[in-house]
Amino acid sequence: MEEITVHTDLENLDKVTAFVEAALESYNPSMKAQMQLNVAIDELFSNIVHYSKSADATIQVEVKNDPKQVKLTFIDSGVPYNPLIKADPDITLSAEERQIGGLGIFLVKKTMDGMEYQRADNKNQLTIYKNLA
Amino acid sequence: MEIVKTKENSSLTFALEGRLDTMTAPQLEAEVNNSLEGVTDLAFDFAKLVYVSSAGLRVLLAAQKKMNKQGKMEVRNVCPEIKEVLDVTGFSDILTIV
Repeated sequence: MEEITVHTDLENLDKVTAFVEAALESYNPSMKAQMQLNVAIDELFSNIVHYSKSADATIQVEVKNDPKQVKLTFIDSGVPYNPLIKADPDITLSAEERQIGGLGIFLVKKTMDGMEYQRADNKNQLTIYKNLA
Repeated sequence: MEIVKTKENSSLTFALEGRLDTMTAPQLEAEVNNSLEGVTDLAFDFAKLVYVSSAGLRVLLAAQKKMNKQGKMEVRNVCPEIKEVLDVTGFSDILTIV
């Protein structure tokens, strides 16, 4: 397992993304899987920056073979927040009726192979799983 | 992200290169807000765009709403990976993808 801890500043998004890309490099993830992971990192890290009020965020990376899968865990010590219990946005509405919120988490749910939330030690721990093949 | 803006009479094209994400979406939002006056044909060229996150989708939605009132908007050269993002979020039905 590898991990990185950064201040909750949007400027650090590139740092986190580069860290995860480097950790996965030797596993040759498909371009599509890597791109979907990068979008997920964008959504989850920016949510922590915007809403958690946590000073830092830690991102842990674990990769396993058979099947080739990455597990990313986002940990912050901010306000308790479980994004998995939020209702999905209605994606059938017209442009005029569409709501702006909730799209990011929905996108992550749709493109990842699994998601878990845990509140432990006064920390939010949100885990995503993605098959790399 | 690089934004290349091409304007001809009332047609405006934004060619995007790189990542349209949380970091870069505000840059595009500012460009869109400052450029749409008198524009009846707006296009986004995604040929060199690597990916889009929800922050980028918000900017596209706002641009589409504006263009619904004053003309039309197209999104061009969408790669399969970005198309999938537009499909799962229902944006394929809102945007005109050519």
